[in-house]
Amino acid sequence: MSGLVVNRLSVSHGAITALRGVSFSVEPGQLAAVIGSNGAGKTTLLRALSGLKEFDSGTVSWQGREINGIKSEDLVRMGISHVSEGKSVIAELTVRENLVLGGIWRRDKADTEAAIREVVELFPRLGERMKQSADTLSGGERQMLAIGRALVSRPKLLLLDEPSLGLAPLVIEQIFATIDSLRHKLGLTVVLVEQNAMSALEIADIGIIINLGEVVASGNAKDLINDPALRAAYLGY
Amino acid sequence: MQKILDTLLIGISQGSIYALMSLALVLVWRSTRVVNFAQAGQAVLSTYVGFEIASRTGNFWISLIFAVIAGALIGAAVDVLLMRVLFKHATSGPALVVAPVIATLGLLGLIRSIVGLVWGGEYRSIPAPASKDGFTFGTTTIPFSPLNSVIVAAVALVLIAISILFTRTNLGLALRASAYAPEIARLAGVRTSQTRTIGWAIAGGVGGVAGMLITSYNFLSPYSLDLLLVFGFIAAVVGGLESMVGAVVGAMILGIGLTFILNYVNTSLTFVSGFVVLIIVLLVKPDGLIGSRKGRRA
Repeated sequence: MSGLVVNRLSVSHGAITALRGVSFSVEPGQLAAVIGSNGAGKTTLLRALSGLKEFDSGTVSWQGREINGIKSEDLVRMGISHVSEGKSVIAELTVRENLVLGGIWRRDKADTEAAIREVVELFPRLGERMKQSADTLSGGERQMLAIGRALVSRPKLLLLDEPSLGLAPLVIEQIFATIDSLRHKLGLTVVLVEQNAMSALEIADIGIIINLGEVVASGNAKDLINDPALRAAYLGY
Repeated sequence: MQKILDTLLIGISQGSIYALMSLALVLVWRSTRVVNFAQAGQAVLSTYVGFEIASRTGNFWISLIFAVIAGALIGAAVDVLLMRVLFKHATSGPALVVAPVIATLGLLGLIRSIVGLVWGGEYRSIPAPASKDGFTFGTTTIPFSPLNSVIVAAVALVLIAISILFTRTNLGLALRASAYAPEIARLAGVRTSQTRTIGWAIAGGVGGVAGMLITSYNFLSPYSLDLLLVFGFIAAVVGGLESMVGAVVGAMILGIGLTFILNYVNTSLTFVSGFVVLIIVLLVKPDGLIGSRKGRRA
C-alpha cells in the first residue's frame, strides 16, 4: 500500500498563488519534514492535505485513494489527523473533553477511553489536568493536548503544523523526542511542517524544502542536513 | 411583604418563559453567529401546530409534544434550506454579516404571513394544563397559580435536560466544539454542519415549548410571540449572548425586574423598561453581565 503522494499540487488564496506544482511522496511509516521560512506555503500545504483548503490543480492520494474534495471530517475517518497551527486545542473545553472529542466519530467509547489512557501515559502532565479547562495549560501542555487529541482519533497519517512554535527550547526538544518515539511505536506516517529546520530534519527520513510556494530541494533528510549550499541558503546557518 | 413575594413569584414565572426564548437565540447565535429573529416565527408556527392538536385532543401535553417536534423540524429546515445555502454564497465581507440577519427578519415576516393566511388573524387559545386561579391560603388568594407553577417546573425540566445533553453527552460535546472552534472540531472528525443543524433543531424545539407555555395563559395570533422574541433577545444580551447559563440568568433578571416595575411603578413602563435595560447593558457592559469566557464554557 502506498503512502501519501502529492502530485503537482497548486493552491491559491484568491489571486495569490500559495503553492505551485508541489510534488513529493511519503512512504508508509516515514516522517517527512517540510521546511521553509514564514510564508513559504507550509501551512497551506497541510491545510490542503487535511481538506481545509481546496486545490486549484494537482492531485493528492493517501493509501492509493485520491483525497481531492473530501472533507476534513471524512479524512479523519480515513486515518488523516491534522494538528493545526498554534496549539489547536479548544480553550473553552476541559483537557479531557478535548481528548474525548478526537474519538467521538468512532462511536467506540471503550477504545476512546483506552486511547485517552495511552495519551495520558505519554503525557502524564495532561493526566493531572484532565478536569481543568484547556486555557489554563502552558504552551507546551497545549501542544501535547493537541497531539493527544489527534492520537485519540487513532491516525495513520499525522500532519503536524509547527509544533515548536512559541515553545521554550527544552520543551521543543521534548516535543520532537515524543514525535520521534511515537511514530516508531505506532508506525505512523508523519508530515511535519517546521521553521525549526535542524530539529525537524534530525528526526525525519526525508526533507522537503519549500520556498515561495515551490519545492526547491527534497531528498534524504541526512543528505539535506549535510549539503553546504542548502544549509547556507535555507537552513539558516 | 406579601406583595413583594407575589411579584417575585410571578416574575420567576415570566422569566422562565423568557429563558426558553433567550436560550433558543443563544443556541443559534453560538453555533451560527446569527441572531435569529425568525425564532418568533418558528415558535408561532410550532404553537399553531400545537393548537391544531389541542383542538382535536383537548390535551395540553400531547399538543406540547407535537409543538416541540414541529419546532425542531422547522428549526432544522431553516438551517438546511436557508442558512446553508446563504453561507455557501456569502463567504466573506459585509454580505456575510448582514445577509443572514436580514434573511431571518424576512423569514419572520414570511412565516407570520403564511400563518395568517392559514389560520387567520383571530385570537386562538389552547387548554391550559392547570388552573389559572391563584393559590389560596386560608382567606388570601395570591396571583401565582397552579399554571404558573407548571410553567416554572416545565421550564426547569427543559433546562435540566438541555444542560445534561450539553455537558454529559458526546452530542453535547460536539455541539459545543462546533460552536467554539468549528475548524478544530472538523479536524477531530465532527460533522459540524450536521451538528449545527441539530443545534437549530434543539433551539426550534425549545422555542416551541416557550410558545406553548405562553399561549396556555395568553392567546395565540400570528404576532402573539413578538414580544417574547424582544424580551428573549434582551435577556440573551444581558446574559452575554454566548452563555446558556447567562441566557437563563438574564431572563430571570428581566422577568423579575419587569414584573416589579409592572406592580410597583407603572404598567405602561414594562415594555419601555426592557429596552432601557438593553441599552444600559450595551453601554455599560456590552459583553453582558455574564459574558466572560468563563460564561461561554457553560
